[in-house]
Amino acid sequence: MTTVTWDREPATPRGPGPFLSVRDLSVQFSTEDGIVHAVDRLSFDLEKGTTLGIVGESGSGKSVSNLSILGLHDKAHTKIGGEIWLEDQELVSASRSTLERLRGNRVAMIFQDPLTSLSPYHTVGRQISEVFRKHKGASKAESRARAIEMLDRVGIPQAKTRLEDYPHQFSGGMRQRVMIAMALVCDPDLLIADEPTTALDVTVQAQILDLLKDLQQDFGTSIILITHDLGVVAKTVHNVLVMYAGRAIEQGTVQQVLREPHHPYTWGLLASMPKLNSNVDLPLLPVRGTPPSLLNPPSGCPFHPRCDYRDLVGPDLCSTERPELSPADGHRDACYLTLAQKREIFNGKIKERL
Amino acid sequence: MTESLLELSGLTKYFPVMGGLVFKRQVGRVHAVDGVDLTVGAGEALGLVGESGCGKSTTGRLVARLLEPSGGTIRYNGQDISHASRRELKPIRSEIQMIFQDPYSSLNPRHTVGTIISGPMEVNGIQPPGGRQKRVRELLETVGLNPEHYNRFPHEFSGGQRQRIGVARALALEPKLIVADEPVSALDVSIQAQVVNLLQQLQRDLGIAFLFIAHDLAVVRHVSQRVAVMYLGKIVEVGDRQSIYERPRHPYTHALLSAVPEVELPEDGVGTERIRLAGDVPSPIDPPSGCRFRTRCWKAQDKCAAEEPPLIQITGNHEGHLTACHFPEEPTVHGDQEIVLDPALA
Repeated sequence: MTTVTWDREPATPRGPGPFLSVRDLSVQFSTEDGIVHAVDRLSFDLEKGTTLGIVGESGSGKSVSNLSILGLHDKAHTKIGGEIWLEDQELVSASRSTLERLRGNRVAMIFQDPLTSLSPYHTVGRQISEVFRKHKGASKAESRARAIEMLDRVGIPQAKTRLEDYPHQFSGGMRQRVMIAMALVCDPDLLIADEPTTALDVTVQAQILDLLKDLQQDFGTSIILITHDLGVVAKTVHNVLVMYAGRAIEQGTVQQVLREPHHPYTWGLLASMPKLNSNVDLPLLPVRGTPPSLLNPPSGCPFHPRCDYRDLVGPDLCSTERPELSPADGHRDACYLTLAQKREIFNGKIKERL
Repeated sequence: MTESLLELSGLTKYFPVMGGLVFKRQVGRVHAVDGVDLTVGAGEALGLVGESGCGKSTTGRLVARLLEPSGGTIRYNGQDISHASRRELKPIRSEIQMIFQDPYSSLNPRHTVGTIISGPMEVNGIQPPGGRQKRVRELLETVGLNPEHYNRFPHEFSGGQRQRIGVARALALEPKLIVADEPVSALDVSIQAQVVNLLQQLQRDLGIAFLFIAHDLAVVRHVSQRVAVMYLGKIVEVGDRQSIYERPRHPYTHALLSAVPEVELPEDGVGTERIRLAGDVPSPIDPPSGCRFRTRCWKAQDKCAAEEPPLIQITGNHEGHLTACHFPEEPTVHGDQEIVLDPALA
């Protein structure tokens, strides 16, 4: 059990490192049924101006881990352990007022469903300029001008008049653009996009992903893109983190993870996605079984009950001892198979089915 | 092509839009389905793709006659069922079954799996040889569930398993046509593949015709022999799978295919084509005149606004590949065109 971290000693400042560094983050929720181990010792870094894609299925902990960066969990029912460093600021132990100054200012978030995350009672202009006024101390006129500028930048036609419209007067894609404008109005250093295109149609999804890429080049924002779609990842991110049952199981650059994936779960994800040019006479290769319950996660490697290759490792290792991410740098994965075995299986069996 | 099992011609469905403060009156209508011609052959899987609000689900509901069409005809096995009464529909209902998108709300939480799957047999008074229970156990096995789970309730199953229960229920009456409305879009990727494989295998082994409605082009490609693309209530292109995916002629089909995020990294793709439409789908209450895609099309000219393009076979297309466009595209998806209409990206 991890310690309850909001009443511990303030973390000591550290030397220069990556822009965002998450160290051994654990998040547990207490529910009526027991304790949900939503995130289990997760670590990752994010460099300035780059995009990290976090991939996983529902319940893999990808959203929960990022909500803790913003301190958005209900503290009465949540235990958070580990450290989150945003440059020289530790966030897990940070006070409420510190987090408030951060949210919407240096760190901003875009949610999956733009309709429920915008207030239906206020015009979009008011919602965008409010953020700017609160954090930058700007006047009404200044913040209004800034809101028009942002709406224009994200491609909303006639920004000046649309400012007075309410969220329901926008279509799904346009609402997501409003969300992006609101998130970027204070020029944040870090943008967390949680499934920003899942609710959108494919032609609109392509527009929004291109827009995020375009804005990143302009503003130099670091982005964490949370998604379940490996196709979205391939087009937009620099580095990938694959999560399963609250843990990181593979990490590397997008080329490494998509071209030469090492972990059997990543193989499963890739092989179960139908593609526009695959052979339709071959059935897809799904991962057998179902994702585990996080109330009672499997012992050892969380993927072992669904893994086809555990016999290659030896008798009980997979089910008793948790594999750690290795090597220390570069393309890392948490699996006991040797590198030679992984290469042999992937090149021999999996690659031809992709 | 095999003899057609289902024939839709000029099918329309309008929904009234009501307005007025005290006295409600009709102020407009939603053109959900507006003149759809389609055929599904016996044992054939037809994929119906399009963006949200294009009328693909309404089409599916019309085919199952859960809705009555505003105009046009639905012929099933040669018989006109567009305005058939409940009694006339009864024998046909057992031959057309549906699989729904949401495996949570489409199963009664108070019924056991056995009751759910034997429901259709009970309603239709069918007594299979060996009894209903034996048949249900067989069906559970067909869809890859444990026959021992006969007495369990839906909440004891995961999303993918529930969708299998929905499939078993649809199979209970040995239907000839299954309307599958987004059957895998609520499932996680690894589970989605299991259900896609199951549907593909059923279609091949049992020879059931499918109207497979989905927005995911890659999934549709995997399970359908022919594909129809819908936009704002109309079919804009229809043809066999290979022809549609490799030689699309309608600009909308082309844009859809180019927007699918593929796992291939930029360097190893054949072409780096990028077509980015501007804006969203217009409202079906007041659709554009002429070609409905013209407001988002980069090739639109005056003719497109004035004249509605017919769904015809364009020269150079395969047999049965129909396109509704005045200015069709070159038949290829490989190229390095860059068409960006979105003002924010320009």
